[in-house]
Amino acid sequence: MATAFSATLPLHGSSQENRLLLPPTRLPPPSFLGSTRSLPIRRLNHAHAARRSPVVAVQEIVKEKKPTNPLLITKEEGLVLYEDMILGRSFEDMCAQMYYRGKMFGFVHLYNGQEAVSTGFIKLLTKSDSVVSTYRDHVHALSKGVSARAVMSELFGKVTGCCRGQGGSMHMFSKEHNMLGGFAFIGEGIPVATGAAFTSKYKREVLKQDCDDVTVAFFGDGTCNNGQFYECLNMAALYKLPIIFVVENNLWAIGMSHLRSTSDPEIWKKGPAFGMPGVHVDGMDVLKVREVAKEAVSRARRGEGPTLVECETYRFRGHSLADPDELRDAAEKAKYAARDPITALKKYLIENKLANEGELKTIEKKIDDLVEEAVEFADASPQPGRSQLLENVFADPKGFGIGPDGRYRCEDPKFTEGTAQV
Amino acid sequence: MAARIHGGAGAGAATALSTFNPKKLVAPSRTNLPAARSSKRCIVAGGGSDASKSLSVRHSQKLIASAAVATKAETSATTGTGHELLLFEALQEGLEEEMDRDPHVCVMGEDVGHYGGSYKVTKGLADKFGDLRVLDTPICENAFTGMGIGAAMTGLRPVIEGMNMGFLLLAFNQISNNCGMLHYTSGGQFTIPVVIRGPGGVGRQLGAEHSQRLESYFQSIPGIQMVACSTPYNAKGLMKAAIRSENPVILFEHVLLYNLKEKIPDEEYICNLEEAEMVRPGEHITILTYSRMRYHVMQAAKTLVNKGYDPEVIDIRSLKPFDLYTIGNSVKKTHRVLIVEECMRTGGIGASLTAAINENFHDYLDAPVMCLSSQDVPTPYAGTLEEWTVVQPAQIVTAVEQLCQ
Repeated sequence: MATAFSATLPLHGSSQENRLLLPPTRLPPPSFLGSTRSLPIRRLNHAHAARRSPVVAVQEIVKEKKPTNPLLITKEEGLVLYEDMILGRSFEDMCAQMYYRGKMFGFVHLYNGQEAVSTGFIKLLTKSDSVVSTYRDHVHALSKGVSARAVMSELFGKVTGCCRGQGGSMHMFSKEHNMLGGFAFIGEGIPVATGAAFTSKYKREVLKQDCDDVTVAFFGDGTCNNGQFYECLNMAALYKLPIIFVVENNLWAIGMSHLRSTSDPEIWKKGPAFGMPGVHVDGMDVLKVREVAKEAVSRARRGEGPTLVECETYRFRGHSLADPDELRDAAEKAKYAARDPITALKKYLIENKLANEGELKTIEKKIDDLVEEAVEFADASPQPGRSQLLENVFADPKGFGIGPDGRYRCEDPKFTEGTAQV
Repeated sequence: MAARIHGGAGAGAATALSTFNPKKLVAPSRTNLPAARSSKRCIVAGGGSDASKSLSVRHSQKLIASAAVATKAETSATTGTGHELLLFEALQEGLEEEMDRDPHVCVMGEDVGHYGGSYKVTKGLADKFGDLRVLDTPICENAFTGMGIGAAMTGLRPVIEGMNMGFLLLAFNQISNNCGMLHYTSGGQFTIPVVIRGPGGVGRQLGAEHSQRLESYFQSIPGIQMVACSTPYNAKGLMKAAIRSENPVILFEHVLLYNLKEKIPDEEYICNLEEAEMVRPGEHITILTYSRMRYHVMQAAKTLVNKGYDPEVIDIRSLKPFDLYTIGNSVKKTHRVLIVEECMRTGGIGASLTAAINENFHDYLDAPVMCLSSQDVPTPYAGTLEEWTVVQPAQIVTAVEQLCQ
């Protein structure tokens, strides 16, 4: 993918202080977009403090094809982004309804408010690129292309779910769309993502295949205090893996504020410590996220290695549907609600004459119907039968071993019925 | 301590293998039985001449129906030459052959590349295959095990080495949650054909943390298979089988067995992952063991034979799942069982095996199942203390005498 960005050209010339913190031996890549930060950051008493200034929004963008076009997206692109975010929002709202009606159980973590991050990144990926997520994975799966029907059925625990009902809310997998899950423990998916990126590099360098697939790993602010995160930052930078680490910093890990748990809350700074660019972006603005994502993805595709992107975002609902969400300040919630990414994109599209109200309403209606249909489909789908119990434990069911009668246990007819004792 | 292949193709082993008729293998539409992929499989571990008929060898390569169990005379007669090597060389040979055969097989671990492996199992491989195929990782077990799992999900076949099995405790999250469970939670979409291997067991005064037996901790994880090698022959065979398996397999090696010498066939062979190995057929008592304890048992067996006993010794090899057919046939013959293992007493492999035997073969037992395990003690450094935590041949002799009264 050819790019107009060269290693030394800054993205925009407004402030020299927007340069990234990188080890002195490397060429500084172009500056990235940022946001006005309102976090009360503890002032550090050393040289770095002087370089930190409020990062301002970008004014001009260097574009590949149309350098004179001031807009960030075309109409088609805008509508795709809008539809994807509406799908994420409607789907999650429907999940909440269905949960309270007793259609799904367990832990369900909703993504309301964070749609800009998922849409901003995943809509730039191809089908063979991989996405790894956490338990807050419904919208990542949808953005990657898993059908709403398959995700809803999975949530209802039906056979037609993307994981045959065996995974549930926190384990959305799709081999077809390269959605590598869905992990219940935080940080667990990051090494898996690193492995997927390793395969990409292996295919290129050992198997000599034409492979420039990238992997995007999504995780939260709480994960950034976990060892697996740092171990993988190290390996990804060391082996120059085609991976983008995306931190969805929504400031809260259940009831633990990011500021109460992290010695240095600026997560993007941890990238340069490992030798990769670290970027902070306004995660409530899909266009800003998209611009950062473009550069990070093309960096990875060119073989230049990983990027750490910190998206400042917010979840409008509690941590999960079981969370009463009493700890967060109402003023904070109101502030971020005013920055709703969907409202912002809608405003952008209309103000820049890329779409009119009618077209957007059509999309909203279309998505409403789609989500309703997904619920109907999931309702009508059958529950898994007993025979499914023992399938898929092993890829090769000989792994259940040889029974006392000399036959492999998987040959026992009771095995396929699901009633065998293994 | 040289390895010797003991026993003939005991009745137990041969019949175990000849009853596995692949034509009877029911392949329901939704299960992922290897029928379709059988062209790549060559599970052969027959006993004697029945083997070639019993297990269908569908691989295009000509494979000898090598005996999992063969008399010394048989080996030299049927295979002719063979070559002698040490157990770690056998592991390396198996690994190298599989890496030659399939370019997706790769190795990752600490010091596996330039250093050649801390026990020399990967010696020379980095020179031959390059730094990416034999990857020297930083010291981050959890992350590089997870990386191996992610690579396996996306098409590679990594062999992940724990420099010492004990270090894999740091990777427990990845081994339990991702390695074991991911095939299931993804509804069968992703396979994890990894091999996790490394040396464990009590060595020579290595101290408590380097002397751990992790098989007891991992055995409950659903979705993984565990095998333990004990001779150069089965080390190479199990290594190859584990790499070819679509399931995640944990291969337990033992620090003190790496220098065992044995003559193994020149021709290609693999060992069956789910089967036990008949080491010495007998009539009086069944002794079940694995890994290093096999040699303590065989040493005790010499004493026992002199005293007039006829023990049947089986190396269970497959720690999860247990080969209940070979074991069951033996119990039905001798009616007495002694389990000798290096695992801890509490919750070890022996404990599970005792439960399985009692559940399945209770009617055939003339005496309670006896299990000799290591003491529930962190392995001490002092040589004398260390010796007393592990089962010694004298204890085995005493136990057999007690059971056979």
